[in-house]
Amino acid sequence: MALVEIENLSVEFPTQGGIMRAVDGVSLRLEEGEVLGVVGESGSGKSVTMLALMGLIPFPGRVRADKLSFNGRDLLTISDKDRRKLTGKDVAMIFQEPTTSLNPSFTVGFQLTETLRLHEGMDRKAAERRAVELLGQVGIPSPESRLSAYPHQLSGGMNQRVMIAMAIACNPKLLIADEPTTALDVTIQAQILDLLMTLQKERRMGLVMITHNMGVVADTAKRVMVMYAGQIMEERSADDLFASPQHPYTAALLAALPERSEGGRLATIPGVVPGLYDRPKGCLFSPRCAYATEHSRHVRPDLRPWAGGHIRCHYPLGDPNRNAEIQHDHPVGTEAAS
Amino acid sequence: MLRFILTRVSLIIPTFIGITLLTFFLIRLVPGDPIETMAGERGIDPARHELLRKEYGFDRPILVQYGIYIARVLQGDLSKSVITQAPVLDEFLALFPATIELAVCAILFALVIGLPAGILAAVRRNSIFDHGVMGISLAGYSMPIFWWGLILILLFSVQFDLTPVSGRIDVLYYIEPVTGFLLIDSLFFSEDEGAFRSALAHLILPTIVLGTVPLAVIARMTRSAMLEVLGEDYIRTAKAKGLSRFRIIALHALRNALIPVVTVIGLQVGVLFTGAILTETIFSWPGVGKWLIEAIFRRDYPVLQGGVLLLGIVVMTVNLLVDLAYGLINPRIRHTR
Ligand SMILES: Nc1ncnc2c1ncn2[C@@H]1O[C@H](COP(=O)(O)OP(=O)(O)OP(=O)(O)O)[C@@H](O)[C@H]1O
Ligand code: SF4
Ligand SMILES: [Mg+2]
Repeated sequence: MALVEIENLSVEFPTQGGIMRAVDGVSLRLEEGEVLGVVGESGSGKSVTMLALMGLIPFPGRVRADKLSFNGRDLLTISDKDRRKLTGKDVAMIFQEPTTSLNPSFTVGFQLTETLRLHEGMDRKAAERRAVELLGQVGIPSPESRLSAYPHQLSGGMNQRVMIAMAIACNPKLLIADEPTTALDVTIQAQILDLLMTLQKERRMGLVMITHNMGVVADTAKRVMVMYAGQIMEERSADDLFASPQHPYTAALLAALPERSEGGRLATIPGVVPGLYDRPKGCLFSPRCAYATEHSRHVRPDLRPWAGGHIRCHYPLGDPNRNAEIQHDHPVGTEAAS
Repeated sequence: MLRFILTRVSLIIPTFIGITLLTFFLIRLVPGDPIETMAGERGIDPARHELLRKEYGFDRPILVQYGIYIARVLQGDLSKSVITQAPVLDEFLALFPATIELAVCAILFALVIGLPAGILAAVRRNSIFDHGVMGISLAGYSMPIFWWGLILILLFSVQFDLTPVSGRIDVLYYIEPVTGFLLIDSLFFSEDEGAFRSALAHLILPTIVLGTVPLAVIARMTRSAMLEVLGEDYIRTAKAKGLSRFRIIALHALRNALIPVVTVIGLQVGVLFTGAILTETIFSWPGVGKWLIEAIFRRDYPVLQGGVLLLGIVVMTVNLLVDLAYGLINPRIRHTR
């Protein structure tokens, strides 16, 4: 049994301009103890996908799925009460902005022991002892004295450690880290990533690492899911994906990495992620894709098994017949046409 | 926190000077001779006129007059009522408990209804309840106190005969003032069973009338502060911890939403005393508000001057206390030096 099973998940937000589809047909399996990297540009639906799994989609968002289960429990039919017993205990989440993610009016100790008392039924004394242990485990110096500190008295890096301590307090089976290092200094980023990876190995917990940084994924994940405009574009093992990306979007993201781009210039992908109004009829990446054809502009590719994983493109980069097919389908992208 | 306290406390000095300047000139802004004005139609004989001019110091240069005034105020001497000849301070102290009793009841009434209404409106945002609360509070905010008081009297006292029209307690009862607060005195120090009920009944309408504007302001402020807080990242964190909805709203959100609300409550104290003047007049409530209005009609300028000064000091002190409370509930202030 997989730890997480998601089939055909979609999340929609009604807005003034119409219905915004933030997540579109995402399917995903995660085994126990597995590390999954989720990458994609801003607005590609990474956070919303994971918030849907946590049951945290804000009103008036709508969640639909053929299957949404965690550790064998069906999350589509679960009661609010049972759901709250899972969230924060078996599945926990940490966020991008550690300082605003902690409540400014309560001490670190209060916020940390709150989880322990709720889910583990500890009394105040026991919870405080455990909180000190946890703060020590996440590398906070003199943890006893930090219990009475308020978030504004700690640095961003320290606050993120507090968030991590809070998240791992009840030994979750799955930890979702939503861009846990984006808001931090570069040196601190590396420390926090190290900490997360160490904790993951020690506790063998499942870890979803959301990031828009391919470098972070390369350092952490065994498997990578690339998202674009609410859809999965490519999903394969990290080694395969970095060695030979199959989707033009993945290839473009990799080319944007500083150490891969030629001449030291940072390559960027021209154009922007489609929004509510400019969502293409065919392949969602076609307006920006160098290999787009008339066919991909009109017919949306399905997610299909490919090269040990899944891909959503008519012309995978590793397909030997690719050029012929592109030529046959009337190329319109810059690369394909030339 | 210490620096915060010192800053707030030191602000008292200029405020105090401002209030004394205001009350000092209050009596001197009246056109014509102040003593003749005070005497009004009663008239005054020239010898007594001269005596009073000396007594009030109107023959000295203005700066000296102000200096003398400050010196006397600092010694607690607020001069005497022209009508009763009783010291202004004594009259004030005798009447002030009635005003406090009314003001405290009004602010409690406003809080007990305003806070939950604002919270619920924010939580059920855009619901019928939310629109209802916002509509009613807008109406309450713009309600003229005098008109509102008369409507309530017509409805509850005249039409349904449910509540008394005026005063603090039925004339049947005589309550020896112990604390000066009739609710307390009648409950704990009176043998009479009905006295407390009578005092309570007399308080209902004035409380509603005086509490309406603060209620509206508190409800609106609570709603907007809650809405803002409910969108914060730490509320998402609280949900991700699996906390109950009640705990998230009543603890994690409310604690932060209260910070701006406390400030607004502080500002309402000034509004409350202004409102008390009208409310006490409508309901013949024997407090300092009614006393001040009567002083105007009787041209009792020393009472007016002293009363306004004392009320100003009270408002200033309450605002200071609210500011300090604000520092206490906001850890970002409490922990700065
Ligand atoms: N509460 C909401 N109401 C309306 N639209 C929303 C809401 N939350 C997210 N969206 C939209 O859903 C889309 C996906 O958002 P999401 O936060 O998942 O992106 P992301 O991949 O996490 O990006 P980032 O890297 O910026 O965090 C965005 O276009 C966003 O505007
Ligand atoms: S389907 Fe066509 S447009 Fe879409 S990614 Fe593949 S090549 Fe590009
Ligand atoms: Mg995000």
